[in-house]
Amino acid sequence: MSEQVEELIRKEYAAGFSTDIISETLPPGLNEDVIRFISGKKNEPDWLLEWRLKAYHAWLEMTEPEWAHVKYDDIDFQKVSFYSAPKSMDDKPKSLAEVDPELLRTYEKLGIPLHEQAALAGVAMDVVFDSVSVVTTFREKLLEVGVIFCSISEAVHKYPELVKKYIGSVVPQKDNYYAALNCAVFSDGSFVYIPKGVRCPMELSTYFRINEQNTGQFERTLIIADEGSHVSYLEGCTAPMRDENQLHAAVVELIALDNAEIKYSTVQNWYPGNEEGKGGIYNFVTKRGVCHTNAKISWTQVETGSAVTWKYPSCILRGDNSVGEFYSVALTNNYQQADTGTKMIHIGKNTRSTIISKGISAGKSSNAYRGLVRMNPGADGARNYTQCDSLLIGDKCGAHTFPYIESRNPSAVIEHEATTSKVSDDQLFLCQQRGLDAEKAVSMIVNGFCREVFKELPMEFAVEAGKLLEVSLEGSVG
Amino acid sequence: MLRITDLFAKVEEKDILKSLSLTIKPGEVHAIMGPNGAGKSTLGNVLSGRAGYEVTGGTVEFNGKDLFELEIEERAREGLFLAFQYPVEIPGVSNMEFLKASVDAKRKHHGQPELSAVEFMKLARETSKRVSLDPTFLKRGVNEGFSGGEKKRNEIMQMMLLEPSLCILDETDSGLDIDALQVVANGVNEMRSPDRSFIVVTHYQRLLDYIVPDYVHVLANGRIVKTGGKELALELEEKGYAWLEEEAV
Repeated sequence: MSEQVEELIRKEYAAGFSTDIISETLPPGLNEDVIRFISGKKNEPDWLLEWRLKAYHAWLEMTEPEWAHVKYDDIDFQKVSFYSAPKSMDDKPKSLAEVDPELLRTYEKLGIPLHEQAALAGVAMDVVFDSVSVVTTFREKLLEVGVIFCSISEAVHKYPELVKKYIGSVVPQKDNYYAALNCAVFSDGSFVYIPKGVRCPMELSTYFRINEQNTGQFERTLIIADEGSHVSYLEGCTAPMRDENQLHAAVVELIALDNAEIKYSTVQNWYPGNEEGKGGIYNFVTKRGVCHTNAKISWTQVETGSAVTWKYPSCILRGDNSVGEFYSVALTNNYQQADTGTKMIHIGKNTRSTIISKGISAGKSSNAYRGLVRMNPGADGARNYTQCDSLLIGDKCGAHTFPYIESRNPSAVIEHEATTSKVSDDQLFLCQQRGLDAEKAVSMIVNGFCREVFKELPMEFAVEAGKLLEVSLEGSVG
Repeated sequence: MLRITDLFAKVEEKDILKSLSLTIKPGEVHAIMGPNGAGKSTLGNVLSGRAGYEVTGGTVEFNGKDLFELEIEERAREGLFLAFQYPVEIPGVSNMEFLKASVDAKRKHHGQPELSAVEFMKLARETSKRVSLDPTFLKRGVNEGFSGGEKKRNEIMQMMLLEPSLCILDETDSGLDIDALQVVANGVNEMRSPDRSFIVVTHYQRLLDYIVPDYVHVLANGRIVKTGGKELALELEEKGYAWLEEEAV
């Protein structure tokens, strides 16, 4: 075990390679023609093109949010390419055997085997490369129990009534600047439908990869859990090391109908930029779920990558007795900046929410928790528990907490606890005096700090997340 | 085992150790006593390499090596163990995980294979019983929510697992009731062997009723001002330190 760990600590950003393939990439710039091109590329129905254009015009009128505790240069949207896909995907490969081997090798290098016999037991994968979904595994097996798992582009054609009913139903087009942009230019992403009463027999997973230069990734994920169903979904993401900043603006919508349960886990490892803060992904993401009666949505995120993160996975607790959970570990090192948290909107009676946020700041980074707990007038007996802990490593980083609490119901109970601590010299000394080196000691202390969140992750991911923290902390001591 | 020659050390620009010399042979137990502020705890911290303790002169040879050439963790892996006066908590890191990492680090340093999880768990359970610590403590965070006595027993358990050649007990008796003191002392006595040495730093004679030293040194004004057998501890108990401090100026 410890040898592996040492090897990992030595490693730099392991996912930082790029794949050399021929891509069809739109020239940089954004206008109606670009949107028509994307829509046309996917052979979309008219209603969806209209929907995109409506969002685009709304976006033109909107301004970029400035309230987040992050600083970055203005993004010139005319310099971003909004669509890039491997040329080989034009042939629309029907099976893995028809997919460009170079693409498959990319995922092998990332440790994600796509051949079903080699795949992680019990995990079905959809892999998105730049603007397109390359392959989705175990589809037939899932369809046997009625579970639909495919790319959203495909769902638009095969399941138009579901897509039409739910897309934009949780995150409206004009919700915010980046959500509006996503509505206009989204390229691919995953679609999941779990039928009534079905417990999805496998973990579903999507792996997002940005490869092409100067390209943004704008994926859209839609998960619908019908009444009494259950699904656990994981997403992971990486990108090559490049000097320029690249934009990732995704939208994720979850719908948990009566008595349904969705568990959504993220391990975000976008390229964070180098030690001087050059390059890295701007990760501006809108994730939100709606819970109907007795439903439950649980978000777990481990955020270690990206130069700038702006992300608030949220729950609208519409139905009575519904439950929302948010477990988060956000780690920033070097010049990374994160402003992340959640919103829990209590509408139904006896709704409950739990927020556990662990922020770790090292290097010269800045890490902010921002969260809103709102108890609407009808939310009788609603309860929230929030715990925000910050851990500082070194003395050049910052941690901030911005909790917003709005209670319009006197019977609602809201608890908020917050702590800030440092990895103390005494803790480090104890570990070193017992023979551990400083890097190992810090990663152990940080992992301990995150334990409450890691235990919410599916097993394979919990191990991955722990390792990822060690790599991300490299060079933070000494 | 350990040869300290003319050691000078500073803490926050203040000279604490001034020309301290001490030689410890394998198997010996040395008690270091002395008034508050004499530099008793400083000695353990300097030897183990804690940050903030600056060595300004002198040499220390540990098992034939220049101690000051070694990093903190190397000193530990070479067999130097410091039992803390106030052990810190590491929330969320299980005692078991922490202990296994420590033991593995030491084994690796000495070219031995790491223990399997099963082997280690068995060893840790047996060891916890030797210090009357319920094995459930292995699953808890390191020192997290432990009472004073439990923390000290945890320290002795770590010492037993790491099998150091030189154990420094820094006022391990402080804040212990008589039962806990006995458990700690029994643990130390069990570990006494011809190739293991101890430095027992204490303010009171009480601990030395249980851990009987071969030598008692009085540390005052940054150096050893008097050395004797175990009877010196009794004399100090009776007469206090003032008469020695006067001599030491």
